[in-house]
Amino acid sequence: MRRWTIALGLALAALLSSAAAGALTLQRGNGPEPDSLDPQRAQGLSAQQVLRDLFEGLMRDDADGQLVPGAAQRVAVDAGGLRYVFTLRADGRYADGSKVTAADFVYSFERALDPATAAPSAAMLAPIAGAAQRLRGESAPLGVRAIDEHTLEIRLDAPRSDFLRRLALPIAMPVQRGAIEAHGSGFTRPGRLIGNGAYVLKQWTPQAWLELERNPHYRNAATVAIDSVRFHVTEDASSELKRFEAGELHLTETLPPGQLARLRAAHAAELVVAPAYATFYLGYNLRNPKLDSAALREALSLAIDREILVKHITGNGELPAYALIPEVAAGAPQMAAAGWTPRQRQQRARQLYLGAGFDPDEPLLIELRYNTSLANRRLGLAVAAMWQEVLGIDTRLRNEEWKVFVQTRRAGVITEVFRGGWFADYADPLNFLEPFTVGNTLNAVGYADPRFDALVARAAASAGADREQALHGAEQRLLDADALIPLFHYSSKHLVSRKLCGFHAHPLDHHPSEFLRFCEASR
Amino acid sequence: MTASPRGSGLVAAPRVRFARTDRARGPLPCPFAGIRRRGAAPNGGDDAMNLLRHLALRLITTLATLFGLLVICLALLHAVPGGPFDQEKLAPPEVQAALAARYRLDQPFWVQVGDYVAAATRGDLGPSFQYSDYSVQELIAAAAPITLTLGALAVLLSLSLAVPLACWLATRRRGLQLASLASLLALALPKFVLAPLLVLLFALTLGWLPAAGFAWDAPQTFVLPVLSLALPQFAVLLRALSENLRAALDSPPAIAAAARGYSQARVVWRHALPLALTQTLGFLGPVLIALLSGSAIVEMVFGIPGLGRYLVSAALNRDYTLLIGAVLTVALIVACVNLVIDLLQYLIDPRVRN
Repeated sequence: MRRWTIALGLALAALLSSAAAGALTLQRGNGPEPDSLDPQRAQGLSAQQVLRDLFEGLMRDDADGQLVPGAAQRVAVDAGGLRYVFTLRADGRYADGSKVTAADFVYSFERALDPATAAPSAAMLAPIAGAAQRLRGESAPLGVRAIDEHTLEIRLDAPRSDFLRRLALPIAMPVQRGAIEAHGSGFTRPGRLIGNGAYVLKQWTPQAWLELERNPHYRNAATVAIDSVRFHVTEDASSELKRFEAGELHLTETLPPGQLARLRAAHAAELVVAPAYATFYLGYNLRNPKLDSAALREALSLAIDREILVKHITGNGELPAYALIPEVAAGAPQMAAAGWTPRQRQQRARQLYLGAGFDPDEPLLIELRYNTSLANRRLGLAVAAMWQEVLGIDTRLRNEEWKVFVQTRRAGVITEVFRGGWFADYADPLNFLEPFTVGNTLNAVGYADPRFDALVARAAASAGADREQALHGAEQRLLDADALIPLFHYSSKHLVSRKLCGFHAHPLDHHPSEFLRFCEASR
Repeated sequence: MTASPRGSGLVAAPRVRFARTDRARGPLPCPFAGIRRRGAAPNGGDDAMNLLRHLALRLITTLATLFGLLVICLALLHAVPGGPFDQEKLAPPEVQAALAARYRLDQPFWVQVGDYVAAATRGDLGPSFQYSDYSVQELIAAAAPITLTLGALAVLLSLSLAVPLACWLATRRRGLQLASLASLLALALPKFVLAPLLVLLFALTLGWLPAAGFAWDAPQTFVLPVLSLALPQFAVLLRALSENLRAALDSPPAIAAAARGYSQARVVWRHALPLALTQTLGFLGPVLIALLSGSAIVEMVFGIPGLGRYLVSAALNRDYTLLIGAVLTVALIVACVNLVIDLLQYLIDPRVRN
């Protein structure tokens, strides 16, 4: 009996000794399970967050979120923006100590553009000469060439003002040919996945966590403060919050909805909420005759009080949106109504609605389609109530499971008004505008305006003030046409432990672990 | 006859058999012991043949069920709108074609079924659509043991709570009503409410246990998930056991034992409980199935890399191979569990054998 009691006591003691033993491991929430750690195949945001720790592209974001050369030491652009020459860093090393060479980049780009690789975001590299043909399975010469071990040349078909930004994406990160030929799709396992980033993959338990440890061969290894990082799969934001509050996480991926007020009170010093480079909007299916009337579209847009939406419906630090692209500089285009009072907007909405010949006694029935989620449903109900109150319009809410929704939305046959939203892939207005050009598979609105397309093309090909002007012109045309209803700009929101220093809000929510460190006091 | 005349006169045939074995064994009317002796009776050869026939039949029906499930799953996945590669950003057509070819979606339906069966017999369940770095068998091999372990622990826990409580309640005047009330209360608390409440209490307020996460070498991560899984099963078992105990206490062996002046506790534990447990065995099947299919919520809340989550996420992601793999694995586990329970009943209860 005595022995049993002792055994039980020991077991209990083992049980209660908290898991916080490895205190110097950074524990960060990372959202859903990464879909892949193959840079060319990964698609999800959670995978990309890990990949930015494991690999470094020719270009990258620095600690302040500015685009800087990464694996490249410098880049020279000539021939009117058609030829890029990258000089790779002499000290660029993979985690196994081998050199990062220009040939690795040639191989990686070729791999990304091979249809057999089935890289979902291969289109990001389409500006490269020959890339479009390669993606179609034709054997065209590709405009990527290793001049010598440390010099890489990339030629484009046409100048692209956002090309360097695209080279910071995972699709353009270097992989080793040997590892892929030896292990196939299994090359991403711990021990096999060899990158040139600040960290190297040590352990991977699918659906639970990934553990990374410092890459001793990383070119900037001396500045990396944290030795090991654990990315936890946190699918449920409420659970993630509890883990943070229990001291198991130093950094959360997001915040659960509707808790901001409480968190502001309880975790004021740990809360980091900032505008994100992302917009939530409602799109009109312009191919649907029901929405032909520009006055109706404008009236629907004006009838929605965005301040109420962000304050009472979403309530997680979002900003009301009167433009597609989140405000960066003064002078960016906005809807004319941005400066009006809610009352003025409502009056104008009614005026437009009646002026367009709609009869308040025979209310219009509009369908609002969104992908199934509680947040979208709440938002849909609020919008429907506003349309009802201001214009007397009846709204039918339709929800569809995500995979069905994206298909319906793209087909554009039965849709009327639908949920749209965009998280920029990289920090460039072009990334917001291109989805509205003719022939773009993301153009669910069915917007077709040759002058808009021409302005976008001009912005893509030019630089400086000319580019700025073209971007503004294009966005203004899109807003003036009332092709969509911008509702709000998303926020990036995190809880950051007081033990963790070096965390800055980033509009794209990129937070490489190498820029984080444990504060002196907690060490 | 050692049993009381009143008992032997009122009960049905199997219970008379009890009485006879009681006599053969001596004065202790223990139903378990008696049944085990019957198992060793001279007609054991027939029993073994019956058993083999039974097993063979079971194997065939299980394989047929698995095949039927495969066809239904694949057909449903093809029938629902939205495919595995329907993303917001549509990949170029050639990339889509390459993906379809990699997962053999460009083949006719029955060729896909045939290929799947052929590969599955080699233990290859194909690459996952959503997690392309992993094969389905790797994902399931990692996830299934976790779900099974937590499920088994939950069953053990709920049994070890339900049995003493049911026995204690059986000797109380309003025991059955109390048991019903307790199980009703336990059932009324759904897992998605219970689990966060447990986290709030044990992880945030008391700080005794981790709020979430799972590691084989950290048993403290098991505690809250097992508790959340066990409570509803405890409710089901408590109720079933209480009712069976009540019936068992009214059966001749228990009445006989009571008539002999054995203590109430002894009558309940030695005479009524074994009988009630054999009857409750039938409940373990549904309980285990509920644990497997209901584990998704608990796995989500606690961030446990188990099988239940795949059943939900793979369906939403249209991850054909992972979903089919997970469904077939769960079906196989259910079939095995049912088989084991059948065998146990067969060994314990002579009525099943005949």
